[in-house]
Amino acid sequence: MDDYIVLIVSCIFVNNILLAQFLGQCPFFGTSKKMETAVGMAMAVIFVLVMASAITWIIYKFLLVELGLTFLRTIAFILVIASLVQFVEMFLKKSIPALYAGLGIFLPLITTNCAVFGACVLNIDKEFGFVQSIVASLSYAIGFGLALILFAGVRERILLARVPRPLQDTSIALVTAGIISLSFYAFQGMV
Amino acid sequence: MADPVTVSVLALMGIGATCGTVLSLASKIFYVWEDPRIAEVEYVLAGANCGGCGYAGCSAAAVGVVNGQAPPSVCVVAGPETTIQVAEVMGVDPGSAEPLLSANECAGGFRAENKFLYDGVKTCAALSAMYGGQRVCTIGCIGSGDCIASCQFDAIHMGPNGFPVVDEIKCVGCGACEKACPKGVIHVRTMSERLLHFNQSDDALAPCQQTCPAEIDIQRYIAQIREGDYEGAVHTIRERNPLLLSCGRVCPHPCEDKCRRGIEDEPVSINQLKRFVADYEMNSGKRLPIACAPDTGKRVAIIGGGPAGVSCAYFLRRLGHHPTIYEAMSKLGGITRYGIPEYRLPDAVLDWEIEGILNLGIDVHYNTWLGEDFTIQSLHEEGYEAIFMGIGAWKDYTLGIEGEDLNGVTQGIKFLSTVANHPEKKIPVGKRAAVVGGGNSAIDCVRTLLRLGCEEVYIVYRRTRKEMPANEVEIVASEHEGIKFQFLAAPTRVLDDGQGNVKGLEYLQMELGEPDASGRRRPVPIEGSETVLDVDMVISAISQQPDIGFMEKEPEREKVELTRWNTFDNDPEILRCSLPYLFTGGDVATGPALVVDAIGSGRRAARSIHQYITGEEIQGSPKSLLKRHIPESLFKTVPGVVASKRTPMPELEVAERIDSMVEVDLVISEDDAKHESNRCLKCCRICYDKDDYAA
Repeated sequence: MDDYIVLIVSCIFVNNILLAQFLGQCPFFGTSKKMETAVGMAMAVIFVLVMASAITWIIYKFLLVELGLTFLRTIAFILVIASLVQFVEMFLKKSIPALYAGLGIFLPLITTNCAVFGACVLNIDKEFGFVQSIVASLSYAIGFGLALILFAGVRERILLARVPRPLQDTSIALVTAGIISLSFYAFQGMV
Repeated sequence: MADPVTVSVLALMGIGATCGTVLSLASKIFYVWEDPRIAEVEYVLAGANCGGCGYAGCSAAAVGVVNGQAPPSVCVVAGPETTIQVAEVMGVDPGSAEPLLSANECAGGFRAENKFLYDGVKTCAALSAMYGGQRVCTIGCIGSGDCIASCQFDAIHMGPNGFPVVDEIKCVGCGACEKACPKGVIHVRTMSERLLHFNQSDDALAPCQQTCPAEIDIQRYIAQIREGDYEGAVHTIRERNPLLLSCGRVCPHPCEDKCRRGIEDEPVSINQLKRFVADYEMNSGKRLPIACAPDTGKRVAIIGGGPAGVSCAYFLRRLGHHPTIYEAMSKLGGITRYGIPEYRLPDAVLDWEIEGILNLGIDVHYNTWLGEDFTIQSLHEEGYEAIFMGIGAWKDYTLGIEGEDLNGVTQGIKFLSTVANHPEKKIPVGKRAAVVGGGNSAIDCVRTLLRLGCEEVYIVYRRTRKEMPANEVEIVASEHEGIKFQFLAAPTRVLDDGQGNVKGLEYLQMELGEPDASGRRRPVPIEGSETVLDVDMVISAISQQPDIGFMEKEPEREKVELTRWNTFDNDPEILRCSLPYLFTGGDVATGPALVVDAIGSGRRAARSIHQYITGEEIQGSPKSLLKRHIPESLFKTVPGVVASKRTPMPELEVAERIDSMVEVDLVISEDDAKHESNRCLKCCRICYDKDDYAA
């Protein structure tokens, strides 16, 4: 049990996928201008990341390892994640239209998201079991959502601040992201 | 073990094939039916996914078109060819959807005072987060131009007065500015939405517009007159009032009572300016085109072609519906034709005005009486989806005194409509006449009598001149024409000459006592003060009530509720009666009131009817002002006003007008209109142009 708590804390804070591992920076900057879109994106990532890690773990263990084709990991995962997102989109549209309406425009964006792919690869690298993979992925995704929503809140506040002209908009966002990242480095060594 | 290359190729092919199979199966299993036209429309659209139309990409825009939310001209990147192609897919007329237009409703800008100095990021979004912006006005424009930045079509620029101005030609109605504006000052609306908008407590409204029963954007049309844009002014008035020629002549302009200039100076002569542009259009010889929304094919019956009915029909027609008016008389106009004499509102003017409205495509059945030729139920059975009743209040109250059945006794509206019905406006009258009453009808009667050759005309009124409900200008004009006033007199008896004719009117003298419920001092008779006025004709003009005799023949009369004044009981906000498809407005619902009140209620009814027949739920707007005022917009003092002379009403000399029905009041000159429009303070909710500021 303790192992899982350590795993969760580690994935959310210490090894935060955005602020410590620097994966998935494009949605981090692209969807953090408004709280509303940030929340939508965070939800979509949680949803997709958990499913992707489960399916890639199965593919890896029962197909690639069995056939001795672990070097095909990257290309196989891309294929599988892309298909999965497509499948989920179709499934949601038919079965859970309300969820589809909420996540609709974010789902295709995640198809090529390196945070999703990265988390799946990390799970394999760390030789997690199936349940551990799921828990780790969920925690990574929560960490992603946490960082994104925090950042969106900060960016909404930045609108009210006096920013020198050369630093306005994305420049100040990058600087801010760096400072938030530094603050997350305080968690290093905890686990 | 096989060659690793072969194995990897096979493995990947296997994964790929599995994924493909699963996806293709899923696309069958999870198939959601979509209108095939969506794909067709999307194929035709530009495919740039620019979002300029306000939808998230071309596929979303295509869904919008197919669902009827977006017009075929939705794509702002592609030209008219695309619009035509989309219209072909949809099977509609390419020009049929109503274009959206953006408009800034704030007129404040720089002149609105700041409550704090701000030195932060110059965006409205940032500013509005600080106590709603730096301006004192809670609803006005912040002026940092978020809308300008949001517009992809260069259709908005910062105007000279510190608020953004929309270029209507460039505007495509994408709605980006409306989303960008944190204050909701900029609105993107279709014409129908503009026509059906009612004054709301959070709108940018000058006190005059809050007061006007028709809610005309007065400040705006006066500004247009000042700029010489007379056609624009006519269009502005027509968004609220189709009878501008008539109102320009007969409206008692309650708006002028609330004019801010009037607090320090004489109020702006708003109504003369309205008449000026209305006459400008009529005298220009051409009618300005009036836009109508695409046809809906819905039919509405309008009972009564007076100001309320004509106004309701006009607005319904502009919304794309098909109103049909059922009129009891041989011509339209109702009380404006049959109750207001020729010298105030000439028939020729009214005919020209009504012809323009009917030209929009409104059918009229003349000489058809409710209760005889048709009933409310028969209209409903004929397939009219809603019915508006604006039959007015035509039944005169009688005095209820002895001798009222004698020859020579008549009633106000009966007398006026008989004169109006006569082709030469001439009927025989007595030599000396008494008119009982103090309202506008009474004044109309005495001035008409004078013009018909009556030598001595009296007004008999039971209170004093101060309490007379008639318009001040009308009272003054009748004084000039030599009308005699008998105040504090209550008629008690009409005297008989022995042959069934009137010999005189006996009245009791009164004195004023304690104020009554209306705030006016109640007249109390003086015992034994009977006096006889030597007259041979008596007209009682003491208010009217709706003539509801038709109700006896109405199959559904049980379902229609009436008030104790014989007016129709309706919801004052949505004007619907107890019958769900019956709406009423004008005098039949309110009792005798102003023409402009009837016009306003015609529009209000048109809004409810529009909602009813298009299947929406009928709802009033919760913030609707309904002639109430926004407290913060009413001032006690108005600093910065320099007194300037109000343009006097030009009128014919008494000697020239007294023998004929020729129109008395004349239109002001263009120079006077310029002068008068410059007197307008351009008020908004709380700010205005000071005279020294304007100079």
